[in-house]
Amino acid sequence: MSKQDPKLLLQPAPLLRQGMTTPAAMRDVWLALLPATAAALWYFGLAALLVLVASIAGSVLTEWAFTPKERRAITLRDNSAALTGLLLGLTLPPALPLWMAFVGGAVAIGIGKLIWGGLGANIFNPALVGRAFLLATFPIAMTSWTVQQGPAEFFTVHASNLTAPFMQAPVMDTLSAATPLGQMKFEQSATPLWDLLIGNTAGSIGETSALLLLLGGIYLFLRRDLDWRIPVGIFASAALFSAILYGVDAERYPSALFTLLSGGMLLGALFMATDPVTSPVTPKGAWVFAIGVGFLVVLIRVFGGFPEGMMYAILLMNAATPLIDRWTQPRVFGRNKGGSA
Amino acid sequence: MSSGLPIMEKEPSSTTLVAALAIAGFLSGIIIIGVYLATFDTIAENKARELREAVFRVLPNVTRMQKLRYDGSELVVLPDNAKDDEETIYGGYNDAGEFVGYAIVNAGPGFQDTVRVIYGYRPAERKVVGMWILESRETPGLGDKIYKDAAFVANFDNLGVDPEIVAVKKGTKSRANEIDAITGATISSKAVVRIMNEAHKKWDARLPVTAPALQQAAE
Amino acid sequence: MAISSKKMNPYDEMMKGLWRDNPVFVQVLGMCPMLAVTNSAINAIAMGLATFFVLVGSSFLVSSLKRWIPKQVRISVYIVIIATFVTVVDYVLLATVPAIHKELGAFIPLIVANCLILGRQEAFASRYPVKLAVMDAIGMATGFLLAMFALGSVREILGEGKLFGVSLFGDNFEPWVIMILPPGGFITLGLLLLLFNWVGERKQAFIAQVAEAERGKA
Repeated sequence: MSKQDPKLLLQPAPLLRQGMTTPAAMRDVWLALLPATAAALWYFGLAALLVLVASIAGSVLTEWAFTPKERRAITLRDNSAALTGLLLGLTLPPALPLWMAFVGGAVAIGIGKLIWGGLGANIFNPALVGRAFLLATFPIAMTSWTVQQGPAEFFTVHASNLTAPFMQAPVMDTLSAATPLGQMKFEQSATPLWDLLIGNTAGSIGETSALLLLLGGIYLFLRRDLDWRIPVGIFASAALFSAILYGVDAERYPSALFTLLSGGMLLGALFMATDPVTSPVTPKGAWVFAIGVGFLVVLIRVFGGFPEGMMYAILLMNAATPLIDRWTQPRVFGRNKGGSA
Repeated sequence: MSSGLPIMEKEPSSTTLVAALAIAGFLSGIIIIGVYLATFDTIAENKARELREAVFRVLPNVTRMQKLRYDGSELVVLPDNAKDDEETIYGGYNDAGEFVGYAIVNAGPGFQDTVRVIYGYRPAERKVVGMWILESRETPGLGDKIYKDAAFVANFDNLGVDPEIVAVKKGTKSRANEIDAITGATISSKAVVRIMNEAHKKWDARLPVTAPALQQAAE
Repeated sequence: MAISSKKMNPYDEMMKGLWRDNPVFVQVLGMCPMLAVTNSAINAIAMGLATFFVLVGSSFLVSSLKRWIPKQVRISVYIVIIATFVTVVDYVLLATVPAIHKELGAFIPLIVANCLILGRQEAFASRYPVKLAVMDAIGMATGFLLAMFALGSVREILGEGKLFGVSLFGDNFEPWVIMILPPGGFITLGLLLLLFNWVGERKQAFIAQVAEAERGKA
């Protein structure tokens, strides 16, 4: 394959993995996440900001510590480590102890990215690796959700936020709340769609407001920073699967719209599944990947042990990505399937 | 190191090979039998003690027990060293030898792996009077509260079984047949309840209000 | 035996298992018990001791009997010998420490399949005199035990805030649940391998540096 004439290729080098190397692309993602991040601060106040900062600090410091001195300036300038930290932070509960957010950021970069060889070489989405680690490590803190206190009490910081490192968070009773997905799973009650749309629910810092996340996604699409097939495929397959289930038993299963607007669906589909490093490069592969994610999300949410399945769905399809890439490699013209003349 | 293998000049006969293996197997067998016999009593005693402790734990005021087996029509008393099976339960008796209640073991899927539950049941009051987990691999710190959380275990100390046991959200327990589930470990809590309901359904009609009288003399 | 054992020093044979040829960190053998039962220091040590007994016993027997074991059936005979020791360990643990036996569960019988043990019989005990074979087995088994303990203690300290069941950080410690679960075993083992390799590389670099300096002087 190495001898093919580049002029004959109709697609931009589908066999090459493109790392998110350009700082410009990173800047676009930062901008796209801005509205949702701002909304998070509006809803959850200073606590959310502190969790985000802790998670970003964990990521950036780890990247700094494990990068050889001479490469530090280059590696840190593209802000990719900070972006990983931000994405991770947006998936965390607002009352999470800050030290846990820091550990999550460090794991995301250390085990999620650097150990594979750095940016562009990792198999799994680093932010989600960090979150998966945190969920398995601190299951109680990671599933303790708080009610939104609103902008009037911006300066509220939860006692659990300020837990000393390695110590247990105090149990919170007064402010605790269930996420829409939790209510769906354990009480079969659906949150009104309008609340999901504007983000007026309990949940992770950055996943409550469907509308603002969608706005960011559209911006990224317009800037051509994301493969539209992935979010569209995820939405379509998740909606179809949950519509079928809804048709079978509307009492037990959530509607398609609820599936799309709740939990980490939008944040994951728009900002994590689309990570070019960990998703397939061919258009056909992108469809396979996306449909797989959408199907798995609904499967895990409805039949699995956890109320939310976005993280595992994406990580599982990340694992399948090299295989999808191999299966969907376009044939070179004039050659047979095996690639020989 | 590859040069280290001795070069065999001629193949040994199959008889030699079989004999070598047979001798090795024979000697090994003798050793294993010796160890088995030497440790048999201690192992049996350990097992019996473990079971006794579990039965005494789920049946308050019980100091003696005997094995009972449902033979298709009634409960018969088994000797202590009989092998347990699906139809075996345990009768608990107090100091005076009076029947207190049954201890019933059942297993079923939990959140991660099979959970084995033993619970004490008093047929006269139709009540569960205690529950203990014999075996589980539930998530440490979360699902393992089904036996580490004293408040959860205490749910079963005086629990009605009619129409069946129900796990409700923590703090909302209001009826005699309800238990408070563990926050964050609803699945494990419900698994325990399901396993107990299953066992109760199977045993309810089979258990007479008074079990066969205690047969052995006091220990 | 074709190999002369005159130059081999029993002490060296023992020490190589601890660091240079450490069965876990260098040879990456015996991963199944390594990952499965190291969720606490005491389990790790119990498993390490069980393996120690089986490995040293088997090496002793195989080395003593090597003249009478026909080459064609040697693997079967080794397995019979190993399995005998494993069964003995299994019953003894069940009788003396039932609680630990319950934790280790199926992994005691699985010592039979630990490639470290069969590997030492085939590569070493069957070729060298009893004294060397036993020293080699002691070294390897100790190396394995130390690695088990390293993994087990890291996992117990982070996973429960305890070491040998003694609380280290007080009641408020937040346990890292993942460390007790299987993924924690993989992650910790990976990080320990990383550390071991890193230390090894630093040592090599240091030796090279010293050699360079000495050449410069000369």
